[in-house]
Amino acid sequence: MKLRTIAHSRTGDKGTTINVSLIVFNPRHYPLVVRQVTADRVKAHFVELATGTVIRYELPLIGALNFVVHGVVGGGVTRTLALDAHGKSLSSALLEMEIDGDAEMADC
Amino acid sequence: MKIVRIGCGAGFAGDRIEPAIELAAKGALDYLVFECLAERTIALAQQAKARDPQLGYEPLLAARMEAVLPLCRERGTTIITNMGAANPSAAAEVVRRIAERLGFNGLTIAAIVGDDVRALVEGDDFTVRETGEPVRSLGNRLVSANAYIGAEPIVHALEQSADVVITGRAADPSLFVAPLMHAHGQSLDDCDQVGRATLVGHLLECAGQITGGYFADPGVKDVPGLDNLGFPLAEVPERGPIVITKVPGTGGIVTPATCKEQLLYEIHDPAAYMTPDTIADFSNVRIEASGPDRVQVDGATGGPRPDLLKVSLACRDSFIGEGQISYAGSGAEERARLAADVVMRRLARAGIHTSETRCDFIGINALHGSLLSSEHDRSYEVRLRIAARTNTLVDAQAVANEVESLYTNGPAGGGGATKAAREVLSVASTFVPRHLVRCDVRIEVV
Repeated sequence: MKLRTIAHSRTGDKGTTINVSLIVFNPRHYPLVVRQVTADRVKAHFVELATGTVIRYELPLIGALNFVVHGVVGGGVTRTLALDAHGKSLSSALLEMEIDGDAEMADC
Repeated sequence: MKIVRIGCGAGFAGDRIEPAIELAAKGALDYLVFECLAERTIALAQQAKARDPQLGYEPLLAARMEAVLPLCRERGTTIITNMGAANPSAAAEVVRRIAERLGFNGLTIAAIVGDDVRALVEGDDFTVRETGEPVRSLGNRLVSANAYIGAEPIVHALEQSADVVITGRAADPSLFVAPLMHAHGQSLDDCDQVGRATLVGHLLECAGQITGGYFADPGVKDVPGLDNLGFPLAEVPERGPIVITKVPGTGGIVTPATCKEQLLYEIHDPAAYMTPDTIADFSNVRIEASGPDRVQVDGATGGPRPDLLKVSLACRDSFIGEGQISYAGSGAEERARLAADVVMRRLARAGIHTSETRCDFIGINALHGSLLSSEHDRSYEVRLRIAARTNTLVDAQAVANEVESLYTNGPAGGGGATKAAREVLSVASTFVPRHLVRCDVRIEVV
């Protein structure tokens, strides 16, 4: 299934660094995203969009992960040639990621 | 227990005005904050001020003030805003004139100046954080240098009974931290309270982004009344949980989900959110529904305020020329790709120096409606967008013109060309010792 089935996301930008949050709708899906949505997988998912490191922060109390994506291609909001200069639509790209599991069944 | 009510009437320079009117009229607010400065906004304001010393404040300042000032005065709501941008004193003068015209008597307006540190960073050895080069080496490419100032001078203005406080480059959360600390009689040295107030500021500062804006996703995250989005307010007691809500009857929603998305918006390490007032820790924040469109938030703490202040440096960087043109029907993508190839070859032949180019292919149903578009198994239409970075405006215009000239010289059926060329101001940063940034509160009573 796509991450979009069990989680939502928002992107924020600061220069050439972007953060993308991933928040599960139901707390029982949190262990599943912790296990599968690693920083390495996110870096691979965004391979065309960013060249730098990806750091993951865990927020178990709100069922969220926060990915900080460095080295956004094109130089960030103030100078990029990209149509979406801020990278605000990147959250939708993360939610396209396929993960193993069943939204109805998954509990860990 | 005293509960302070604080609302946010704008989350960016061009934000809607009527939700702020709704908040001012029905929010029973103690404070109404307008956050209108993005990183680059202040650089553009500095350029406006350089052309006319009476300008350089937020262009919508007068419209916003005319809309809310009478309501705020009637209800005793204090207004705090960074709409001063590059020229808080001129902005205060605009507010003074509006207040006089409205016949107010006894309105106290405070302008906070001192965030413009261009002379400081040009006159000493500071380093650009992103590149490691000396700030001085930027020379005349440097357009502006503004320090992110904190809550302290805003508190000083409030202590002098200001009804309207106008800042330049104050940090966004500080616009909220100052009134909350002031209203509860709390010291800016009370780190955990500053961390808690910073959380309130962080959650509210983008206005509609916590009430259902930047959130709706039909079928997954539905938001009723998105066309009439209400702006948020917080109910903040002296200690303990804070409630985020909005004016009843407005569109949008306040739910744990909207609050969680905003909690992490533009956050890197949630345990170390740096502002001029504190390094806040949001990693143990709890978020729970406490009623319809009411969410309870608790658990933020803070550490001592940093000794260094971040300075936003705006630099003349380059120029971008851009053009777009659309192709339809079978072979649309092939024609769009041919068009891109033509433009690239012509730029090379004409010797137009581009340091970076980009070709995008866009489209759903802009050209011929949904019927013809949906019958196609591949994309029925393709809109070519070419953007290129150049060293001069003339070259940027040449790029844009090359796209436009595809009308008569490019592939078949090219339509709807648009073009633009603009200067790029890039933003970098440096850090300066706090004690070198002297802020001054200028009070005027109408």
